[in-house]
Amino acid sequence: MGDLYDSQRAMRNMRKAAMQRGVIAILDIGTSKIACLVLRFDGPETFRGADGVGSLAGQSSFRVIGAATTRSRGVKFGEVDAMQETERAIRTAVQAAQKMANVRVDHVIACLAGGRPKSYGLDGSVDIANGLVTDGDIGRVMAACDLPDYGAERDVLHAQPVNFALDHRSGMADPRGQIGNQLNCDMHMLTVDSVALQNIFFCIKRCDLELAGIASSAYASGISSLVEDEQELGAACIDLGGGSTGISVFMKKHMIYADAVRMGGDHVTSDISMGLSVPMATAERIKTFYGGIVATGMDDREMIEIGGDTGDYEHDRRTVSRAELIGIMRPRVEEILEEVRVRLDAAGFEHLPSHQIVLTGGGSQIPGLDGLASKILGQQVRLGRPLRVQGLPQAAIGPAFSSAVGLTLFAAHPQDEWWDFEIPVDNYSGRSLKRAVKWFKDNW
Amino acid sequence: MQPLTAMRPRASLPRDPAPSKWKYRYQRWMLTPGVRGLIRFGGPLAIIGIVAVSWYSHDENRALVAATVAQAKATIQQRPEFMISAMQVEGATEDLAASVALVLPMSFPVSSFELDLETMRKRVEALDGIRSARVRLGDAGKLMVDITPRVPVAVWRDGDLLRLIDEEGVYAGFVESRTDRLDLPLIAGDGAQDHIAEALDLFKDAKPLQERMRGLVRMGERRWDIVLDRDQRILLPADGAVGALDRVIVLQQARDLLDRDVAVVDMRNPNRPTIRVNKEAAGALHRAGQTEADN
Repeated sequence: MGDLYDSQRAMRNMRKAAMQRGVIAILDIGTSKIACLVLRFDGPETFRGADGVGSLAGQSSFRVIGAATTRSRGVKFGEVDAMQETERAIRTAVQAAQKMANVRVDHVIACLAGGRPKSYGLDGSVDIANGLVTDGDIGRVMAACDLPDYGAERDVLHAQPVNFALDHRSGMADPRGQIGNQLNCDMHMLTVDSVALQNIFFCIKRCDLELAGIASSAYASGISSLVEDEQELGAACIDLGGGSTGISVFMKKHMIYADAVRMGGDHVTSDISMGLSVPMATAERIKTFYGGIVATGMDDREMIEIGGDTGDYEHDRRTVSRAELIGIMRPRVEEILEEVRVRLDAAGFEHLPSHQIVLTGGGSQIPGLDGLASKILGQQVRLGRPLRVQGLPQAAIGPAFSSAVGLTLFAAHPQDEWWDFEIPVDNYSGRSLKRAVKWFKDNW
Repeated sequence: MQPLTAMRPRASLPRDPAPSKWKYRYQRWMLTPGVRGLIRFGGPLAIIGIVAVSWYSHDENRALVAATVAQAKATIQQRPEFMISAMQVEGATEDLAASVALVLPMSFPVSSFELDLETMRKRVEALDGIRSARVRLGDAGKLMVDITPRVPVAVWRDGDLLRLIDEEGVYAGFVESRTDRLDLPLIAGDGAQDHIAEALDLFKDAKPLQERMRGLVRMGERRWDIVLDRDQRILLPADGAVGALDRVIVLQQARDLLDRDVAVVDMRNPNRPTIRVNKEAAGALHRAGQTEADN
């Protein structure tokens, strides 16, 4: 735990350093594209006080001054598969964004889509010594949460306090300064594969960049595409990405569950590629131009040239009807949504007061998806687009950029996590010195 | 084997323009603010500097620069506003003014840039008879020399020379003969010039004797002798000379001591004033004493 604590704290310090410099980059390493946004923190609210979120959901402190996307290579299921290729792709995106911003970027906040995220709900409770809850008590109650055995080769990505309860009163956002005897804390912890995390660390390091924070991509999509009341009342955000589909459930403005299905738009493309025996690039083009979920009579008559360059006239002049294409795409999309449904059921989503589901990500642009999703996931389904942030180019406001935009919000106002609180003195590794200091303070 | 179908351009994917590692680093380096500034300003400055240095390294160019600078300088310095056409000495006698003009040899008109007023002031102040001087550039192209002359308070006989001396003991000039400055007291002897104040005190005190007084002589660089006419001398002590003189004056007023045939009044020992009478007087005194004894 100490290790995790240290690296996360180091990233927080790095983020602070980046804020001081005023420039930070956002890197969304996805399976189908890598997006890089360069943010400049120079708005009127950059140096405001620490309490609360500023105007415009805290976005008035920054603006996007550079944006670039590039085709992702070497990434599968949201994890780095071929290090060199990924590194080259990151370099391409970062270079283009830097060029647009005309400023050098040294700090990067990245997100991780894959890595088999796993959610844990933890709770802990401590007795309050002198009746008044202090900062130290918050740290203590979080340290008192009993960690589940999440496995040796997994790392904690998020550990956010979701709820505090003081004696009989629950649902507190901030118990500091209140009076009580026993403080309870519920925490949501998200773990991912260490290897996936380390690969991203390493890739970014090899691009001469410093990692100033890392977030789950499902979480980032959620904070950018769920509107405030959805976050408050409870909603699930389904980020249909290229290689994986992220699920994040929000309640009372906290993420309480996150998961990922290792299927996404690229699987639809590969189905088309196999079904029509066309290259992946052609399949991708066909999918984006003609793809759909719900076939109508008109679609039987709409013929699509699928092309080819073998030189065989018959082969190169093949056509399929759009209905056939839909027939290929629909089962895969259904499969993905069914899998999402299973995960949501496992998480107990139906017990939430609101069953709102928001579809976002590049895959959510398939026409007719909302109809299919409402059949599988429930009635309250809508298509979500990310929040508008200042300076974002027109090409980057689509749902495919929801996790990139979410990361900008994360960069501006990261939620308090476990490592943002002071570690209690008695389980800190370098405690002897602190103890000495404390002894001096107590006795002199 | 060549394919028999026509070669078609491959429907290849658009090549991804991934930069090489070094190109990426170079671009980042070029975006670093310091480097950008260096290139934006340092580069042009370096080019200008190289051109300037290479041009300046030729002798004729350097000479040209020097000549141009000198000419420009001269054009400004020779403007009529800066020209000095006359010198005016104020606060000095004609003799002193003439000697000032001698130590400041100048051919007018001259540019005021070429005058070193501080040096000129020092040279003027080095003259005998000048206590202090101010040299400045006055109106209408005049060099103003304001002089405070030294006021001689005594004549000091130094060997054959008769020097004028002011109250600080500094020479203020010469006189040809004593009669030129009969208004000033005469002092003589080694070290007399260092004790002018004391001498002046004595002179002031000796007002009743003034008509008979010829001067003051410093004896052994330690005490004063007052020399009167008829070769009379008053020997004063080193300490309390004025008091001793007062006693002599009182004696003179009460008993006409100095009108008698006395050669020396020795006041060096205040407890025992001594007088030495002349030979004839001594003989007369002796004879008078004998006569009295005989009687």
